[in-house]
Amino acid sequence: MRPKGMRKVTGKVGVCFATSGPGATNTVTGLANAMMDSTPIVLITGQVVSSLLGTDAFQETDVVGVTQPVTKWNYQVRRAEDIPAAIARAFYIARSGRPGPVVIDITKDAQVNELDFNYEPVKSIRSYKPESPIDFHQIEEAARLINLSKKPLALVGQGVIMGNAEKELLDFIEKSGVPAAWTLLGLSAMPSDHPLNVGMLGMHGNYGPNVKTNEADLIIAIGMRFDDRVTGDLSKYATNAKVIHLEIDPAEINKNVHADVPILGNVKKTLPILTDKITKNEHNEWLKEFKACERIEHDRIIEKEIHPLDKGMTMGEVISKVSAAFNDDAIMVTDVGQHQMMGARYFKFKQTRSVVTSGGLGTMGFGVPAAMGAKLGRPDRQVCVFVGDGGFQMTIQELGTIFQTRIPVKIVLLNNNFLGMVRQWQELFFDKRYASTELINPDFQTIAKGYFVPSLRITERDNLDDAIKQMVDAEGPFLLEVVVEKEGNVFPMVPAGASVSDIRLE
Amino acid sequence: MTIPLKEEFTLSIYSENHVGLLNQITTVFTRRHINIESLTTSESAISGIHKFTVVVFATADNIEKLAKQIEKRIDVLKVFVFRADEIIHQEIALYKVSTGSLLGGNEIEMLVRQYGARILEITPEYTVIEKTGHKNETQELFEKLEPYGVSQFVRSGRIAITKNKKELLETYLKKLETDEVQLN
Repeated sequence: MRPKGMRKVTGKVGVCFATSGPGATNTVTGLANAMMDSTPIVLITGQVVSSLLGTDAFQETDVVGVTQPVTKWNYQVRRAEDIPAAIARAFYIARSGRPGPVVIDITKDAQVNELDFNYEPVKSIRSYKPESPIDFHQIEEAARLINLSKKPLALVGQGVIMGNAEKELLDFIEKSGVPAAWTLLGLSAMPSDHPLNVGMLGMHGNYGPNVKTNEADLIIAIGMRFDDRVTGDLSKYATNAKVIHLEIDPAEINKNVHADVPILGNVKKTLPILTDKITKNEHNEWLKEFKACERIEHDRIIEKEIHPLDKGMTMGEVISKVSAAFNDDAIMVTDVGQHQMMGARYFKFKQTRSVVTSGGLGTMGFGVPAAMGAKLGRPDRQVCVFVGDGGFQMTIQELGTIFQTRIPVKIVLLNNNFLGMVRQWQELFFDKRYASTELINPDFQTIAKGYFVPSLRITERDNLDDAIKQMVDAEGPFLLEVVVEKEGNVFPMVPAGASVSDIRLE
Repeated sequence: MTIPLKEEFTLSIYSENHVGLLNQITTVFTRRHINIESLTTSESAISGIHKFTVVVFATADNIEKLAKQIEKRIDVLKVFVFRADEIIHQEIALYKVSTGSLLGGNEIEMLVRQYGARILEITPEYTVIEKTGHKNETQELFEKLEPYGVSQFVRSGRIAITKNKKELLETYLKKLETDEVQLN
């Protein structure tokens, strides 16, 4: 998880090492996570001596076989002289095209033998085309549709951030006047306060972009893959819209949603050509409809979440205050669950590459190690990670690494004594039959103390501001545990299998 | 709602000749619960490039997605998808019958003539008959021979050749070179 955190904030390839056998198998979740979220990682695993391969030798695992479905490419090196070429190829594949994780499994003898070192960077691979040639005809057609459209909606995904195309995106959005909504991993590609930023898509996204998806006459998907958490019921998705899909991976075209105009390639290159061909436009009436939705959502959900009248603290309130305490300019890392969705909804961003979260795989335990990677990658920025009490215990031993390395990450533990997201589903869809979701937690303060990580626990709203200030001002790592409302829910919500326009406000 | 129709498709998959590629390709099918009806693999006409011929029943929509997912594997060069009318294809079947039943009357000899089969080997105990053709043809001969006792029957996977005038893979490799120039 740590290399992933580093990569997300720097754009470089994350690197990690694991020993043979159990070391290698422990990386499978991280690899699957990186595969889902297109994170470029090179993992080097140790392997038994080549003469022992296939003999069930001590700590032998078929690493290439085990990791094949969760890697973009993997390879076993059995001779020292093959190492430079394999490493060169690994980095080229990991970072080019649609990025992804690569595993190089190196046998013990290849590791210790000597070679005449000769490194030649890989420039191309015959069987691998990272980017497709640009189809100008399709771009013309897309521009024509955009110029004709009365109710266009742009869906911004992580492809924009990975392509370093934030500037190109803004140019396109501002010239076209198209409202832009974002996926979880597209978060922070546009500043939170941009007037054309209409919020998050999907299951716990904002009301406007979900409802308006089915009123739009044109969907412009930019570097995103129509995940089921974004689309809900596909047969009732974007029912009135033509779809333009700008995407680097040909396998994503027509995978979930039919693209009337597919534009293959890196959005860094294709967006400027498209921007050039469209006429300057504004969609004020259409934008007003989003504003109306925002007001509804604000009155029915947001206000209650960030300024609650009840005694118990809410996650949204804490997150919103933490964001403000960092001047809305920290890197937010999250674990997985309710706090993750709340973070995406209520944390604010000024600059890109400010979010590290586990999207496609939803890997609990991701947050703390990813935050350490993010801080190592960007020591100049504040890194704040939100975790729940469930996910925290899945990688709590990382507090040991934090103590050992003194990586100054700020951990906000939102403790509701539940696996909150699963509990929410059990409440809404399974008649409150809570099964295995209530947690009897250890004393996290004692644990933090054992790891020598400064910490604070608060249960009263009156202490919240001071506690946050203490955490923000701390020089080193800090754990702030906030006891929040036990049975808070994340709304709005598109129930699984429902249409995006059937989003529930309560 | 109408259920999309499943059809028979033949996939020609070209890849680099690396260890483990068969596994990489078959997992793409397994994950989508598509059963492989037949699979043949060997070196292609171009040295260093391997060819897999796979027959599946699937919907046209599924097969398009499947082909893209296979092509996404780094070491796979190209996947071509064909319907039955776009290819000439053939399978080979071998039948082992007892030599006694062959000599006992002229029925087996008649069947061999009628089905364009040939006899590969005759020993005092058994005779091996070979027939090439489509699956239904080799199957039909099997059923005709069965009353006389078939002690072994095996059938190969499909091999196929396109009806196109141009060699698809060579055209593709040439296109790769020109794309490369455009991208750089």
